[in-house]
Amino acid sequence: MQTRFEGRVWTFGDDISTDHIIAGKYLGTTDPKVFAEHAFESVDPTWAKKVQRGDMIVAGANFGCGSSREQAPVALKTLGISAILANSFARIFFRNAINLGFPVVECAGLRDRVKTGDTIELDLAEGEVRIPSGQTLKFTPLPANVLEILEAGGLVPKLRKELHTESTA
Amino acid sequence: MAMFIGRAAPVHPPIPMTGQTMSEKVLARASHAESVRPGQIIDGDVDLLYMHEMLAMALLPFNEIGTMKVWDPEKIVVTLDHWVPPPTPEIAKMHQSIREFCRKQGIRRFHDVGDHGIVHQLIAERGYAHPWQLVIGSDSHTNMVGAVGAFAAGIGATDTAAVMAKGQLWLRVPETMRVDIRGTLSERTGAKDVILKVIGTTGDDAARYAAVEFTGPTVAAFPMNERFVLCNMTTEMGAKVGMIAADDVTKEYLAHSGHEFEPIRSDDDATFLKTFAFDVDGMGPQVACPSNPANLKPVEDVAGTKIDVAFLGSCTNARIEDLRIAAELLRGEKVAPGVRFQITPASQIIYRQALKEGLVEVFMDAGATFTSSTCGPCFGGHMGTLAGDEVCISSTNRNYPGRMGSPTAQVYLASPWTVTASAIHGEITDPRKV
Repeated sequence: MQTRFEGRVWTFGDDISTDHIIAGKYLGTTDPKVFAEHAFESVDPTWAKKVQRGDMIVAGANFGCGSSREQAPVALKTLGISAILANSFARIFFRNAINLGFPVVECAGLRDRVKTGDTIELDLAEGEVRIPSGQTLKFTPLPANVLEILEAGGLVPKLRKELHTESTA
Repeated sequence: MAMFIGRAAPVHPPIPMTGQTMSEKVLARASHAESVRPGQIIDGDVDLLYMHEMLAMALLPFNEIGTMKVWDPEKIVVTLDHWVPPPTPEIAKMHQSIREFCRKQGIRRFHDVGDHGIVHQLIAERGYAHPWQLVIGSDSHTNMVGAVGAFAAGIGATDTAAVMAKGQLWLRVPETMRVDIRGTLSERTGAKDVILKVIGTTGDDAARYAAVEFTGPTVAAFPMNERFVLCNMTTEMGAKVGMIAADDVTKEYLAHSGHEFEPIRSDDDATFLKTFAFDVDGMGPQVACPSNPANLKPVEDVAGTKIDVAFLGSCTNARIEDLRIAAELLRGEKVAPGVRFQITPASQIIYRQALKEGLVEVFMDAGATFTSSTCGPCFGGHMGTLAGDEVCISSTNRNYPGRMGSPTAQVYLASPWTVTASAIHGEITDPRKV
C-alpha cells in the first residue's frame, strides 16, 4: 500500500457537502466517469478539468457532510485525487472513502497553513504532513481496523481475501 | 399471533444492565456483549438492512465480494424512491437491475413502483423496524428510524454490499449527546421548528460521530410523526444516529406490526458526553436560511422574503399529519399568483389516505400540484427542481448550494405550517398570522 504521497493542493472551506461535490442531478447512472466530470461543478465549473492525478484536497471541518452518496468519493478518486486532508470529516463520507481504499486524514490546523497550488508531502505511516514552509504537522494515525481496510486496498478486496481464507481453511 | 410475510424475527433484549445509554444497549446486544463503551469498535449483527436505488451502486462491489447470495433475504427491505417513476431510460434500467436482483435473491419485501414510499417512511409505517434493533439503511436519513428506539444508521454503497454479504457491520460505539427539550411551543409550531432551533444553536456538525438522544417532557408529548422529524434531522447535526426512548406512544404506533414490543430507554446512571437543554416555551416558527441547515432565523426576521416555489415533501415532513396542516391552511385559499406549490407525500399509503380524507381536492382547488411519492425534488433529482436564482421555501432537510437544483437557487427550510402559509402569500409568512 502506498503510504507516502506528494502532490499539489486544492483548498476548500468548512461544511463542504456531498451536494457540492457531486450534484443530485448527476446520480442517475452508475458510471464513475460522469461523477468525475461534474465534481465540484457548483463551486467551479472547470475544476474537474484542472485537477491533475496526484493532487490532494485540504479542507476545513465537516468535509463530505450531507448525503450518503458514495458517488462523492468515487468522483474525487476517479479524478486522481490521491488523498483528502481535513480538519474533520462527516462520518458516512469518511467510511465511504476508506471503503474505496481512498486515504482520508484528519489533520487539525493544516487548512490554515496551506493554499491552493502549494505542494505538500503526506506520510500515512508516520502520521505527518510536510508543508512548503518546511514545517511538519503531526496527525493522529488512523485506527487499526481502518488502516487494515486501507492496506487491503478497500473493503471489497479485504472481504474477498477473508472469504477466500475461510473457504480454504 | 398470526405470521405474515415480512415479519421481522423477534428480538430478545439482554439482561438489564446499569449505566448504559440506549445506543450502547443496542450495540451490546448486536455484538453479543454484556456491555460496550464509547470508542470501542464492534462487529454488529444487522437486524434490518434497507435500501433504495443505492442498491444499484452496491451491486458491483457485492458481486466482487463473491458470496453470491445475500446473508438473509428476510432481513432486507428494498424500495424505489429517489427516481419514481423513472425519469430517464438509464434510470428505468437501474430499476430493472434492482427488481431482478431482489427476485433472484428471494427478497420478498421489495416494494416496487406503485407500492413505493420514501424508504424511511415506508420502514416506519409498515412496522419493519423495532426497538432494540440494529437497523442499517443506504441513505443518510436512516437516523429517522431511531425514533422507534432502534439504532438506525446510514451507510454508503460499499458498506451496503458488505452488509448484504455478511449481515454484519463494523461500528465505533458512539458517545451519546442528550438533547433535552421542555416547554410548550407557540401555536402552529412543531418538531421541525424545534430541530431547526437545535441545529441552529449547536451547529451542523455538533454531533459528528455521536449518537443523539432526545429526552424531556416536550419530546415525550410528541406523537410519532413529530418524533420522526427530530431524529430525521440529527443527520444535519452530523450524528450517527438519533434516538428516542420507546414508550407507550411507540408501542401504539407499532401495534399493527404484530411484533413483540420491548421498551428501551437509557439508564438513569448512563454517561452522556454532553447535554444540550432547550426551553422552547413560547417559541415560534423557525427558518433555516440559505445555504446551511444551521443558518437559523426566527420566522419574523425573514417574513416578507418573496418566494417562487413552496415544497412540502421528503422523509422529513410529508406525512399525513403534515398534509392535513397544508389542507387546513389552503381550504378556501389560493396559492399566490406566480408561485408553484408542490406537495409530494412520503409514501403511497399517505397518498391514499390523503385521497380518502379529501385533502387532494383541497390542494387542487387551491392551485397546488400533488404528485406521486418520491425523493426527487429534495435532492434536485427530478419532478420539481429549481432554476437559477429561484427562491424556495421547503419542508425538507438540507439547503446546501445546488441541493434542490441550480447552485444559485436559494432554499429556506421550514415547517409544513410555514411552507403552506408562505405559498398562499407568495412570501415567507409567519403561519400564526394567517
